[in-house]
Amino acid sequence: MHIELEKRARVSTLFSIFSPLLALALTLVFGVVMFWLLGKSPLGALYSFFIEPLLEVWSLHELAVKAAPLILIAVGLAICYRSNNWNIGAEGQFTIGAITGSILPVMNPEWHSPMILPLMLLMGMAGGALYAAIPALLKTRFNTNEILTSLMLVYIAQLYLDWLTRGPWRDPQGYNFPQTKSFQMEAVLPEVLSSGRAHWGFIFALVAAVALWFMMRFMLKGFQVSVLGQSERAGRFAGFSARRMVWFSMLLSGALAGLAGISEVSGSIGHLQPSISPGYGFTAIIVAFLGRLNPLGIVASGLVLALTYLGGEAAQLSIGISDKVSRVFQGLLLFFVLSCDTLIHYKIRLVLAGAKAAEVRS
Amino acid sequence: MKKLIIALAASAALLGGFSTGAQAQEKKKVCFIYVGSRTDGGWTQAHDVGRQQLDKALGSKVETPFLENVPEGPDAERAIERMARSGCDLVFTTSFGFMDATVKVAQKFPNVKFEHATGFKAAPNLATYNSRFYEGRYIQGQIAAKMSKKGLAGYIASFPIPEVVMGINAFELGAKSINPDFKLKVVWANTWFDPGKEADAAKALIDQGVDILTQHTDTTAPMQVAAERGILAFGQASDMIAAGPKTQLTAIVDTWGAYYIKRTQALLDGTWKSEQIWDGLKDGILTMAPYTNMPDDVKAMAEETEAKIKSGELHPFTGPINKQDGSPWLKAGEKADDGTLLGMNFYVEGVDDKLPK
Repeated sequence: MHIELEKRARVSTLFSIFSPLLALALTLVFGVVMFWLLGKSPLGALYSFFIEPLLEVWSLHELAVKAAPLILIAVGLAICYRSNNWNIGAEGQFTIGAITGSILPVMNPEWHSPMILPLMLLMGMAGGALYAAIPALLKTRFNTNEILTSLMLVYIAQLYLDWLTRGPWRDPQGYNFPQTKSFQMEAVLPEVLSSGRAHWGFIFALVAAVALWFMMRFMLKGFQVSVLGQSERAGRFAGFSARRMVWFSMLLSGALAGLAGISEVSGSIGHLQPSISPGYGFTAIIVAFLGRLNPLGIVASGLVLALTYLGGEAAQLSIGISDKVSRVFQGLLLFFVLSCDTLIHYKIRLVLAGAKAAEVRS
Repeated sequence: MKKLIIALAASAALLGGFSTGAQAQEKKKVCFIYVGSRTDGGWTQAHDVGRQQLDKALGSKVETPFLENVPEGPDAERAIERMARSGCDLVFTTSFGFMDATVKVAQKFPNVKFEHATGFKAAPNLATYNSRFYEGRYIQGQIAAKMSKKGLAGYIASFPIPEVVMGINAFELGAKSINPDFKLKVVWANTWFDPGKEADAAKALIDQGVDILTQHTDTTAPMQVAAERGILAFGQASDMIAAGPKTQLTAIVDTWGAYYIKRTQALLDGTWKSEQIWDGLKDGILTMAPYTNMPDDVKAMAEETEAKIKSGELHPFTGPINKQDGSPWLKAGEKADDGTLLGMNFYVEGVDDKLPK
């Protein structure tokens, strides 16, 4: 006996709209059970997890800081994945974007022109895009699997950053500690409002999301993405080039990851150091799928995922539950979203061993 | 619907209000932020043991919330700010990488007191504290030279910062005081906390023929590898004897508890001042785990060295010492000053590695 997934003939519109909410509700129910088993008040725990971080202005700013790189990377990845290009290396493009974007302030710490910041952002995007061009080239030229190449390039990028910050770019006045000089004032991405730390990176994320949503919805390019993603052959009949799409989606997602990288370094950290990301490039993959590869959905899912991080901290401090709980939460959420989505399109069928055998014989 | 939301929010706020109201019985909050898991068996666990000792000693007057697994960088700044905002009176930030974040938050919250472990940036409300780990490493070096058949030990290092370079040098100096030809191989794991990488580094060193292993990373993984391969090893930060009952010779055990109690007491008395503290074996911030798996004469030698360091008779960095390339560094009888040690970025003679620059 085994279980089979069978495609449903018709997909319920009602459920496909409500499935994320259903998933969230299921996550909460399981969360309540989990807190109850841990001997904590479920209401208090859920409160400090999901409500407390939203009640204070500074904390909302932190939410934006945390969500910005996730959204920015994830909307780019969504275009990749919709077009059937599997860029897993956003973490590396993020890192290279941070490095190329930092060239100006690190090499010219005395340059106090307002031009520096726009140039940094452009160089960050260019760096991320060029780094994503490597797997794109390998895929179009040699038919190499981009999942492997983009992933392995992540480690190269991280080690390169590591080498830079310990070696040539190390702050000579920094007691040999591995980080660059702090960026000059003009090279720091400003805060949006004076009430907290949220910087322009969050605005970039929102703009990118809306722009890509518009592209997918109203522009020929978006249509090409969908068609080529669903069937390359159909795309060819329509005169769309799958090869050009590889380049387009990889460069786009690389550039956005690079922008996220330099925004994070310039806006949140203020200098380069060996570790600049707690895995944003990988978490963004989860964000992209939670947002169902829809740029506007990704804004929501990015905020929700950022909230689970902040909530995890708040809950640790106020009721003393382990930080692993927030990871369990993230896992539960992803699990339920994916399973709800799957069950909308498929139904589960139990196949009895005997029946199968009979089928084969006949 | 709107009303429902307001009602929910109000009741939620009430809930929150009650819970904080119940906690606020004039207790001071002393908060801890950890880079790793508090059950890592090494660095973070040592801090958490200190926190628990503080809880035991002054639990009626303080509570000690903590955050664990906080990545260094922007996340740390948010986490520390959250602590300051949640009413912490004193915050211990227990990893070098929290330095800049601690400085920033300390500027924002002048009424909250901060103490940063192993850093060098201070402020009126930001103290630093550190331990002279190198004293323990010198003793380990001596033991290694006695116990190694090949005169070759392996060192799993984290990052090439002065703190770590100092430890490598101290180990080599200790070993050379027994066996002038003693060699030390180094592998840079580039992490404080990563059992997989640490274990790989241990295997790489053992494959290169070392028969003694020591580490400046946080987990017990290298000790476990050493135990599997049947060589001897030293523990780091916590007593790792459970991971290698037949393997561990001794361990440098960070005993932060007494320090945390002292500083919290100062906070309660209102005598807390920002200081730059660098204590060693004699102050009890650092202790040696029991000397095991070695003959009695080696044990006696180790105990003697420990006593000499405690009494001040022996300073591990006393000349004559040459740098790695053979050029002289300290003249006979000359002692390295603290400033030089804290900025150390060169090897002493006998270290078989090129310092990453």
